[in-house]
Amino acid sequence: MGFPDRIERTVELAHPPAAVWAALTTAEGLAAWFGDEAMIDLRPGGAAQMRFTSGYLVGMRVERVEEPRVFGFTWRLAELQGDDPRRTYVEFTLEPAGAGTRLTVVETGFAQLPEDAHRKAYDTHTEGWSRELGELADYLDAS
Amino acid sequence: MRPDIEAVAEQVFTALADPTRRAILAALASAGPATATDLAARLPVTRQAIAKHLVLLAEAGLVTAEPGERRRVRYRLRSAPMRVAQQFLAALARDWDGPLEALKDHLDRSARVLTATPPRETSGHHERGPEPERGHHNDRSQDRNP
Repeated sequence: MGFPDRIERTVELAHPPAAVWAALTTAEGLAAWFGDEAMIDLRPGGAAQMRFTSGYLVGMRVERVEEPRVFGFTWRLAELQGDDPRRTYVEFTLEPAGAGTRLTVVETGFAQLPEDAHRKAYDTHTEGWSRELGELADYLDAS
Repeated sequence: MRPDIEAVAEQVFTALADPTRRAILAALASAGPATATDLAARLPVTRQAIAKHLVLLAEAGLVTAEPGERRRVRYRLRSAPMRVAQQFLAALARDWDGPLEALKDHLDRSARVLTATPPRETSGHHERGPEPERGHHNDRSQDRNP
């Protein structure tokens, strides 16, 4: 125990699941509370993206669409580099609670280990820089 | 067999907790592979102390030793363990509380707009709907992603 793989939060919202669903799964809804701009192709495998005020752009892949109960997507951590294949999975679960909604968000995958292949890719990538710089030097020497 | 992800993160954070090792890793990251002698010329630490730290870092898998010129060993930073540690930090840096609060506010505002009575809406004195607050909430969502 120590490496946090899973983050979970539950909030009670005084609005029916249909309203919460729209806020989570439409470009208009996402842009109103989460990102600054958003687009979404709402179907499993569909692409979505959000741009934040900072200019940071994050691509997402829609994974689960079970209106109005479950919405899931994967996305990349801002801290990881562009070629990093790892993604975390975010799943929203909506349960009716009186006139409102109990919303649970679970994000998992923080503790996934890069596969050996990925590890190799990192090292190759790093070595790639030295090699490519060497090739550039050779190229310049030759011309 | 999968190496223990926690052990990898611990080795990175242990290495970073020491100012000399931090300086060595930073030097390798910024200027590429170097020998203990190279590093001693750049850092205010004796060559012996640097060599000792490099052995520890190599054992932890944070640097790799490779043959360099004139039979001197060169050390190269290994990025894979750093990426594991990065994921640990990513989990700590992830903020869902801010966005969920913003979601709550957004739903409240939308509901107010829907239930607002027509006379108020057309009087011209009413406060506007969600627009003025938008920037504020977007600032918050900005916090979780640089």
